[in-house]
Amino acid sequence: MSPTNYLLLSAVLFAIGTVGVLVRRNAIVVFMCVELMLNAVNLSLVTFARLNGSLDGQVMAFFVMVVAAAEVVVGLSIIMSIFRARRTASVDDANLLKY
Amino acid sequence: MLALLAADQLPPVGPATGAASAAWVLVALPALGALVLFLGGTRTDRFGHVVGVATVLGSFVYGVVLFVQALALPGEERVRDLPLYEWFGSGSLSVEFGLRLDPLSLTFVLLITGVGSLIHIYSVGYMSHDEHRRKFFAMLNLFVASMLILVLGNGFLTLYLGWEGVGLASYLLIGFYVARPLAASAAKKAFLMNRVGDVGLALAIFILFQQLGTTQYTEVFARAGEMSTGTLTAVTLLLLLGACGKSGQFPLQAWLPDAMEGPTPVSALIHAATMVTAGVYLVARTHPLYDLAPTGQLAVTIVGAVTLLIGAIVGCAYDDIKKVLAYSTVSQIGYMMLAVGLGPIGYAAGLAHLLAHGFFKAGLFLGAGSVMHGMADETDMRRFGGLWRHLPITFGTFTLGYLALIGFPFLSGFYSKDAIIEASLGGSLTRGWLLGGAALLGAGLTAFYMTRLMLMTFFGAERWRELTPRRAPWDPQAESEARPQAPEAGHGTRSDQGSTPIGELDHSAPHGYHPHESPSVMTVPMILLAVGSAGAGAFLVIGERLGGWLEPAVGPVGEVSDAVIPTGLVPGIASVLMVLGAGIAYLSVGRKPVPVERPARVSWPVRAARADLYANAINEGLVARPGLWLSRALVYLDNRGVDGAVNGTAALLGGASGRARRTQTGFVRSYALTMLGGSLVLVAALLAVTLP
Amino acid sequence: MSALLLVIILVPLVGAAVCGALVRAGAGPKGDTTAKTVGFVVSLVELVLVAVVWAMFVPAAPTRFQGELSVAWIPAFGTRFALGIDGIALVMIALLAVLVPIVIAYTSFTRSSEASAATGRGGTGRFPDGRGAGGFVALMLSLQGILVALFAATDVFLFYVLFEVMLVPMYFIIGRFGGARRQYAAVKFFLYSFLGGLLMLGSIIGIYVASGTRLGQASFDWTTLQHLAAQLPLSTQIPLFLGFFAAFAIKAPLVPLHTWLPDAGAEAPIGGGVILVGVLDKVGVFGFLRYCLPLFPLASQSLAPLALVLSVIGVIYGALLAAMQTDMKRFVSYTSIAHFGFIGLGIFAFSQQALAGSSLYMVNHGISTAMLFLVVGMLAARGGSSRIADYGGVGRIAPVLSGLFLVAGLTTLSLPGTNSFVSEFLVLLGAWPREPVYTVIATVGMIFAALYVLWVFQRTMTRPLRGEAVLGGGPGAASAAALGGVSDGGLRDMLEDDASARARARFGDLTGREIGVLAPLVLLIFLLGFFPQPVLDIVNPAVSATMSEVGVADPVGPNGVAR
Repeated sequence: MSPTNYLLLSAVLFAIGTVGVLVRRNAIVVFMCVELMLNAVNLSLVTFARLNGSLDGQVMAFFVMVVAAAEVVVGLSIIMSIFRARRTASVDDANLLKY
Repeated sequence: MLALLAADQLPPVGPATGAASAAWVLVALPALGALVLFLGGTRTDRFGHVVGVATVLGSFVYGVVLFVQALALPGEERVRDLPLYEWFGSGSLSVEFGLRLDPLSLTFVLLITGVGSLIHIYSVGYMSHDEHRRKFFAMLNLFVASMLILVLGNGFLTLYLGWEGVGLASYLLIGFYVARPLAASAAKKAFLMNRVGDVGLALAIFILFQQLGTTQYTEVFARAGEMSTGTLTAVTLLLLLGACGKSGQFPLQAWLPDAMEGPTPVSALIHAATMVTAGVYLVARTHPLYDLAPTGQLAVTIVGAVTLLIGAIVGCAYDDIKKVLAYSTVSQIGYMMLAVGLGPIGYAAGLAHLLAHGFFKAGLFLGAGSVMHGMADETDMRRFGGLWRHLPITFGTFTLGYLALIGFPFLSGFYSKDAIIEASLGGSLTRGWLLGGAALLGAGLTAFYMTRLMLMTFFGAERWRELTPRRAPWDPQAESEARPQAPEAGHGTRSDQGSTPIGELDHSAPHGYHPHESPSVMTVPMILLAVGSAGAGAFLVIGERLGGWLEPAVGPVGEVSDAVIPTGLVPGIASVLMVLGAGIAYLSVGRKPVPVERPARVSWPVRAARADLYANAINEGLVARPGLWLSRALVYLDNRGVDGAVNGTAALLGGASGRARRTQTGFVRSYALTMLGGSLVLVAALLAVTLP
Repeated sequence: MSALLLVIILVPLVGAAVCGALVRAGAGPKGDTTAKTVGFVVSLVELVLVAVVWAMFVPAAPTRFQGELSVAWIPAFGTRFALGIDGIALVMIALLAVLVPIVIAYTSFTRSSEASAATGRGGTGRFPDGRGAGGFVALMLSLQGILVALFAATDVFLFYVLFEVMLVPMYFIIGRFGGARRQYAAVKFFLYSFLGGLLMLGSIIGIYVASGTRLGQASFDWTTLQHLAAQLPLSTQIPLFLGFFAAFAIKAPLVPLHTWLPDAGAEAPIGGGVILVGVLDKVGVFGFLRYCLPLFPLASQSLAPLALVLSVIGVIYGALLAAMQTDMKRFVSYTSIAHFGFIGLGIFAFSQQALAGSSLYMVNHGISTAMLFLVVGMLAARGGSSRIADYGGVGRIAPVLSGLFLVAGLTTLSLPGTNSFVSEFLVLLGAWPREPVYTVIATVGMIFAALYVLWVFQRTMTRPLRGEAVLGGGPGAASAAALGGVSDGGLRDMLEDDASARARARFGDLTGREIGVLAPLVLLIFLLGFFPQPVLDIVNPAVSATMSEVGVADPVGPNGVAR
């Protein structure tokens, strides 16, 4: 089996996610893009696991999923409270921690 | 060879026994008096003057006992040492605190405690209206104790202790009237110029320790010959610097006239009779060193000759009675320095003049104090005149002192000064003419300025009748804080225009002068001093009484050789010059009315003399101003340079951090981009390292 | 004796803990008062204990240190908690033991204390935020414990740790109890000292490693390292020496590393300033004597010119700057810089007299600076300002204060008969045979000393009454100001008497307690001026030992230099 296609897809997904994080202002969308990047990494992890015939990569991918799920919980609740306080979900408006 | 020579001339130093074994009491008594009066505070106000007088009188009585005891001893046993304890020591250095009792120190003990007692008694009356009289006596006692340590010490360090101790006492007493700005700056000036001299003395001690490993007189003098001539010359020149500072000799003479800001008894005791002669004492005491260093001796004579002329010239121009006497003191000490610089032929003559001067100058100052006492503290002679009628006793004693000072035949100055002039005529032709000429010229000038003083004060019209007493301008803004040396600048001229102190005696009626004779507590000391002035010279000089007595301490009196003028003619020439000087004075102030205001348009020599021959201007220009500029530059350097560099580093770090902080924009997306960039760089670096 | 050594370290530390606890627990003036009393008693107990140590000390003992004590501390590094004192350490501990009770008494019990309600106009010269003296006392005692341990340490690593730790109480003394710019001064003080400490740490690690390679067993033990010195080549010694030198040159400020001192001295509370300049700075000088010279003898000799030049510059520079200061507390700091120059000259001239003089100078300068600081504090407390220009004519309204100010000044200018004279003269006398040029320059510094002291005295104590601090803002000032324009003698007398009486009433002379605080110092000043030999006897053997460790012979023998 050739990993090329899987890795290419992973790279493309990662790139899309990266660009999304960089260019989008809506916190929800940024969040989804981060998830996209995580899943791109997951894909390559699974690919290499398959390639090497070991389970390590897949275990790692599960870890990532768990962390991502936890992150979603924390992240979305932060976004919710910011939205409640400021009536906006734009990341550029939340710059209180500058300087 | 030299060492042997030097050692041979010195008599052996024996232990002090009998009455002398408690000689420390001499110092302890006045010191105890000072301690009681300082610590007792206002509680001792009522009897402070009694304590002061009693302790000094006690010292005097004990001094007489010691003197009689020493007279009973054969000549070679008169030099005795009384070690007390080890002051400090480390390694090869051991400084002993001890006393040296020999004819030289005992002579000074008698002078200091004798004249000191008289002046203490006089001060009881003079200071009776001053609320700080107790403090005055405490300081005066401190002075007597320090001065006794100075002359009695048996080593250079003990001398140094007394040397700076009298400097402190002089500082305190010049500045006694604390409220007077001029007194404060005069006191500081005196201490500073003395310190310049003290540095010389300290350096001389360093050299002696390095060369000989000791600072005690006995060993230093016995082994003086071990040092090379160059070293001895350096030591003697440095000692001379110390002597110049303390004795107001050229080039450190400028403080002495200013010191007249102190109460008049202080001027009499410290700045005429005793402390200022310490330089002469120093040269006489260290004669074993000077005798081996002809260059050092020559320097002493030159300093003496120059100073006696400077003092006499400036004394001619002043109108302030105390300043004229002060410059007269400068001049007379010049004579003494000249004498002791001449070596064995001069020691006895110089010390005889010192003792005689102690009497007549103290008497003159006390007389001046008495005049001020009766004239509402006025010191400007132009405002005096015809006072002989109103102050008969003062006039009588003053006249005796005056005649003694100018060398009137058969009074003190006649004998003592002539002995110096005779001694100074010896040596090579140029040297004899120059030194002897200066001494003779000084004698004429002395007669001039003293006659002028007498005529302006006691004779002529009673100019004070139309005048009202003045008060000093009391202006808190008079002195600028910004200019530290300002008080010294032009000080001489300012005070000469007549500074009448606030703090000093003030019991004049509001209008007009009412001259009156002083109480007997003041006149009796004056009379005693006048008697001394008249007789001391003849007593000491005729038959070389003093020379014989001093022989164990300063060596036998030498003979004048190759005098450029036959010594037999000297009394005649000196008398002629004296009459000449007095005559010129009579022509210039005795026959013409004296203007109350000082004439402004005068010839340049008078202007120069009024400006102290520019001594203050030179000090100001060469030392004070450059020093001030340097200090200001250093303050700038310290604040901007050194501390600036430190604070600059701090500011630089802070500034750089502030710049770096600006990258924290608060935009999440820019952080993400930075992160991405960083990751890319990392990956690229990794690849670059691992790929090839 | 070694147990006693431990006790004199622990007593002040325990006392500090008790005082601190009392201040926290008592909450308010009551706890503060108890803390002050407890602290004062503890400091007196410490004084008695140190006196016992002094009595037990044998000057002629053959060992380098006495009362030695050594406990393993961090065995992995070979650091030990090792104590032992020589003569120089003993006199420094004694100086500290004398000064701390005086400082505590001044701060706790006198009218002019910064903690006193009677102090100053408009809050100047008060502890910030109305803080009581209890906390100050606790910090002071902890500093004392640390300093005693530091002087007694014979383990180089222990010394380093204490060298850094002592900054902490001093930082808080300045930063919590100081003047208006206290934070700036405290941070500056801390950073300077810390920087020096780090450089020293580098050298300590260096010498530790060197001892490992040369001796096979790395060690921090002072005696071991001192024996190692003979094996170290000059090229190794120089960088190691410089690390120590930098730390000590900052601490005993040599120009140009001095600028923290005037700030710290001016901003610290008076009591803090006394200990800071009087004892804490002496750690630097002590370090020169105990660490630089014996551990790096070759480097000390080859780099002596550097130290001498800096010292002599310090003498003149400090004196001129002192003369130009407008603030009395900064003035005191700059006089100290000049005096540290003398001490440095004495140390690096390598002669018995100069070294003994420097050791004695450390004690004498502690006493005279304490005196000067305290008198300035008493004056500033009355006038509410430490600016020289705010004063004038104080001698007329407070004669005792003025007299004691003069005594402090006279010992500062080293008048014979006061303590400083003996040490200054010994330094110069001992330095002359080896370093005539530097000695002459430093001797000229004596003139400047007279200048700055007498000038300050003249401006504050003599002359007519003047200055806002003296006359205040009330009608007295107005009548004094009116004097300038009045020409009538009688009226002027009235006005002057009026101004004087008002100023006297406002100002007041020293109280009995204030005199009591100064009395021991005055006594010591004159006692050590006339009878310094007991202290010199304690110091001399340590100095001789240091001389032989450096490997130099005294230049002047009993009969002077060989010709």
